[in-house]
Amino acid sequence: MPHINFNNDFPGIRSAMAYSPVTAAPMGVLAEILLRSEDGLSRAERELIGTYVSYLNDCFYCNHSHGAIACIYLDGDNELVEQVRKDYSKAPVSDKLKSLLAIAAKVQRGGKNVTTADVELAKEKGATDKDIHDTVLIAAAFCMFNRYVDGLATITPSDMDSYPLRAKQIVDNGYGNYVFTSKQPT
Amino acid sequence: MAHIKVEENIPGIRSLVLFRPETGKPLYDLAQVLLRGPSSLSEAERELIAAYVSYRNECIFCMSSHAAAARCLYGPDKNLVDEVLHDMQQSGASDKLKALLHIAGKVQVLGREVTPEDIAAARMLGADDREIHDTVLIAAAFSMFNRYVDGLASFTPTDPAVYEAMGERMAKGYVLPASPEPK
Repeated sequence: MPHINFNNDFPGIRSAMAYSPVTAAPMGVLAEILLRSEDGLSRAERELIGTYVSYLNDCFYCNHSHGAIACIYLDGDNELVEQVRKDYSKAPVSDKLKSLLAIAAKVQRGGKNVTTADVELAKEKGATDKDIHDTVLIAAAFCMFNRYVDGLATITPSDMDSYPLRAKQIVDNGYGNYVFTSKQPT
Repeated sequence: MAHIKVEENIPGIRSLVLFRPETGKPLYDLAQVLLRGPSSLSEAERELIAAYVSYRNECIFCMSSHAAAARCLYGPDKNLVDEVLHDMQQSGASDKLKALLHIAGKVQVLGREVTPEDIAAARMLGADDREIHDTVLIAAAFSMFNRYVDGLASFTPTDPAVYEAMGERMAKGYVLPASPEPK
């Protein structure tokens, strides 16, 4: 049961955002730019970073919601999403993405863990300053989203078939307040 | 030196949002609505929660700047800020604020750490749903801001006078900077 009365029965972050639309608005804009910009990192790569950090933060709702979105961008390759969660170093992703996932994991534990060597390695593998910036901010933002979702004990749907439906909604229409003002996908 | 090429000598998050204003805008909008928007928690209390979480995350820049903003907003009661940062439970904060700071401290560790008992204790001391929501989101947001600032190794000034001036500006609100120099 959620820690507060949201006055709605939306799942996960949607319930908290519907409860507080004024704070939801900038969070939606942030997610849209960070996860759907196609400059440098692809949408799939951005969602994989968000999924991985949510997995490390043990946030079931965000982990599976963003994993399902990444899966759509990866043409249904859920196995790759699972490999990234379990051991990205052995996953068939680029060395550049591996070096960025390593930075994201450091950020998840605390910003100061990121070293010059981590950043140099990412640059060597082809990451630009903007890629590094976006990786750090995606990882940091999920440290917020995950805490918001679990810190208020929002409802985590146990029906795993519902995750791809909400994922498709995001892939088709992006992030924004519509996720709690329009009907939930069924 | 910062991990990416930002303008030198521009402190903390300011240098980062000037590097990428597109993401800077919603970050400043979020700070403004969370810390200055309508809430039954005072602006001073909200800044104190932010400073407390930043202290726990060992983010010197955010801790020093938000503590300065909180001191400015608390005015004659500004000593409370340093009391809370020194030893929250022994500070002169109200029992209700202590219960909320306790929840913020749990969120800083991880969302799941917050228990129904923590929430019940805050309610018994007068906290309502909105205040619990705002506390959790402030703590969550600073778990982001702190990581953003330190994860990119942005410039952290060491002169307390710099933070005092920063706190006075921050007390007036958060607007995305358009240029490196503060107005």
